[in-house]
Amino acid sequence: MTLTATGTRGVPRRTHRPRSGLGARIVEHRWHYLFLVPMLVLFVMFTLWPMVASWYYAFFDWDGVGEPQDFIGWDNFVETATNPAFWHAFKNSFLFSLVAIVVQMPLSLVFAILLNNPRLKGRNVVRLLLFLPVVTTTAVIGIVFAIILDASGGIANEFLALFGSPSINFLGWESTALPTLMVIETWKSFGVTLIYWLAALQTVPTDLYEAARTDGASGFQQLVHITVPMIVPIGVVILLLTFQSSLNPFDIVQATTRGGPNWATDVVSTFIYRYAFDPGDAGLLGPRYGFACAAGVVFGVFTLLVTLLQAPFLRRRRIGGAAR
Amino acid sequence: MTATTTTPRPIPAAEVTSSAPPQRPGASRARRWLAYNRVNAWWLFLVPFCLLWIFPFLWMVSAAFKSQREMLLGGVGLIPTQPTLENFGRAWQTARFGEYTANTITFSIAVVVMVILVSATAGYALGRGRMPGKFVVVGVLVATMFIPHGYTIIPVFRLVNALGLGNGLLGAALAAAGPAHVVQILLFMGFFAGLPDELEDAAKIDGAGFLRTFWSIYLPLSKPIMGSVGLFVFIGAWNAFMVPLVFTLGRPELRTLGVGMYGFFGQYTADWTGLAAGACISIIPIVIVFLFLQRTFVEGIAGAVKF
Repeated sequence: MTLTATGTRGVPRRTHRPRSGLGARIVEHRWHYLFLVPMLVLFVMFTLWPMVASWYYAFFDWDGVGEPQDFIGWDNFVETATNPAFWHAFKNSFLFSLVAIVVQMPLSLVFAILLNNPRLKGRNVVRLLLFLPVVTTTAVIGIVFAIILDASGGIANEFLALFGSPSINFLGWESTALPTLMVIETWKSFGVTLIYWLAALQTVPTDLYEAARTDGASGFQQLVHITVPMIVPIGVVILLLTFQSSLNPFDIVQATTRGGPNWATDVVSTFIYRYAFDPGDAGLLGPRYGFACAAGVVFGVFTLLVTLLQAPFLRRRRIGGAAR
Repeated sequence: MTATTTTPRPIPAAEVTSSAPPQRPGASRARRWLAYNRVNAWWLFLVPFCLLWIFPFLWMVSAAFKSQREMLLGGVGLIPTQPTLENFGRAWQTARFGEYTANTITFSIAVVVMVILVSATAGYALGRGRMPGKFVVVGVLVATMFIPHGYTIIPVFRLVNALGLGNGLLGAALAAAGPAHVVQILLFMGFFAGLPDELEDAAKIDGAGFLRTFWSIYLPLSKPIMGSVGLFVFIGAWNAFMVPLVFTLGRPELRTLGVGMYGFFGQYTADWTGLAAGACISIIPIVIVFLFLQRTFVEGIAGAVKF
C-alpha cells in the first residue's frame, strides 16, 4: 500500500486530465488496483517479508523449533564475520561469478557473433545444441557428470587412460573439484548468455553495417566500431543478470559434492542450507536457523553493494521504458 | 577425373559450353561464393565441438540402455552391446521415479497456473491502467530483478509452514511461484499496453464490466504471451531443486524428479545404469517439450534483456 501512496510523486507527467483530482483518479482505477492485489500480496509475502525476517531471525540463537526467543544481539553476525569457513564459501561464490563474467560472457559473445552471421549454414542447429543444457535439470545433469568424471571407471578417465594418462579424481580432489564444477556450471548456463547476446546483436540496425561496408570497413572494423558500441548498453544489463544468477550455484554443488571434498567447493548457499536443513553435514546436533540467516544477510548485503557498484553504468538505459 | 569427363558427357558439356563465353566471370563468381561462405569453414570446429558439448546426454542415453555388467566392464564405446530396458524398470519401480514424475508434473502445473494468474492480472492492471503509483510499482519490480535473492529460503519455509502448507507439494509450489516473476509481469504488461484502446471502449459500450472485459476480450488475446510465460515457468519449475528439496525433506514420497535423483544418488551411488535411466526419465520429457516450443522459449529469455 505504501508503494501506491508514495507513487503520486511520479505521476505529474499524466496531468493532462485536470478535471479529476488524485482521489477521484484512485477511485476511477479501483479495479486496476484490485488486479494488482494478488501480485502485491505475494510480493510482500515472498520478496519483502523474507528479507525483513532474515534480519530479525539473525539476532536469535534459534533452532527453528517454535518462535525465536533467545535474543543474542549481534553474536551471529560476529560469528559469521570471524568464521573462516563462511569466508571460504563466500570467496567460492564470487569465484563462480567471476568465471561467469570473465570467461562465459566473452566466450558466449564470440559464439553469438558467429551464430548471428546469416551466411553460416545450420546455425540454428548449433544454437539449439548449445542451449540444450539450459533446459535440463541441474541437479540431475550434475549427477550424470559425477558419474562420467568418476575416478575409477568413469568414461572420462577411461578416455584419459587410452592416452596413458593417470586417473584424475575430478570431483574428489580438493585441487580439481572447484574448477571442474565451474566448467560444468559454465556449460550449463552458457546458452542463456548466448541468447542474451544474440538478442543484443539483433538490436543493431543492419543499415549501419551496409553503410560501413560501402565505406570499405573490414569485418573486424565493423565489429569494433559498430557492433561493440551498439551492444554495450544491453551488455551492462547482461552483466548484471549474469552476476545475479551465477552467484548461487546451489543445485550443481549440492548434487555433486555437497560442498566437499573438505569444503573445497562450498558456496554460501550450500553453507546456509547445511546449517539450516542438514545440520548433520555441518557437524551439528540441531539446525541453527539464526546463524544461517545471519550468513545469508551478510552475503546479501555484499552482493547488493557489488550490484549497486554496477548501477551507475545502468543509468543511461531507460529502466522505466517498459512502462511506456 | 577422366571417368567423369567421359560418361556423363552430354548434359554437363552443354552447360559448360553455354556458360563458356563468360568463363572468367564464372570463376570469379565461384571465388566470390567461397569468400561469401568462408564463415562455413567454422564447421570444421563446430562439429567436434558440438559433439563434445552434448556428450553428457549421449552418454546418459547410452548408459541407460547398457546392462550393469557391461557398465562394470567399462570401455569407451557408446553403443550398448545388448540393449536392455531393465534399468528403466528399476528406476521407475524401485527408485520410485514413477511417483516422482507424477509429483513433478503436479508441482510444475501448480506453479504455472499461479504465475499466469498473478502476472496476467498484474500485467493487465499495469498495462491498461493509468492509475497513480503505477510507475513506482513498475520501478520496484524492475529493481527486485537485481536484488540478491535465494538466501531467504528460511523465512519462506517458515511462512509456508505457518500457512499449514509445509511438507506438501502445494506449499512448495507456492514458495516457487510466490517471488515476483518480474519478466513475466513485464511481458504481459507490454502486450496489454500494445492492444488498441478501442477494444476497451467497445466492450464498455456493449455493457461489459472490468472483469468481463479482461476475461472474455483481453485475456484470450494474450494467448501467445500465456504460452510463452507458461512454457518458461514450466521448464523452470520442472528443473527446480532447492525449493522442492527443502519442502520434501520429511516426505520422501513427495519428491520431484530432481530431488528424487539426488536421493537415489545418495543411496545407490554405484548403480550407474539405474541412475542414467533415472536421468533420462527426468530430462527427456522436458527436452522434448523444449524442442517443440523452442522458439517461444528462446524469445522469452531474450525478453529479459530487451524489455
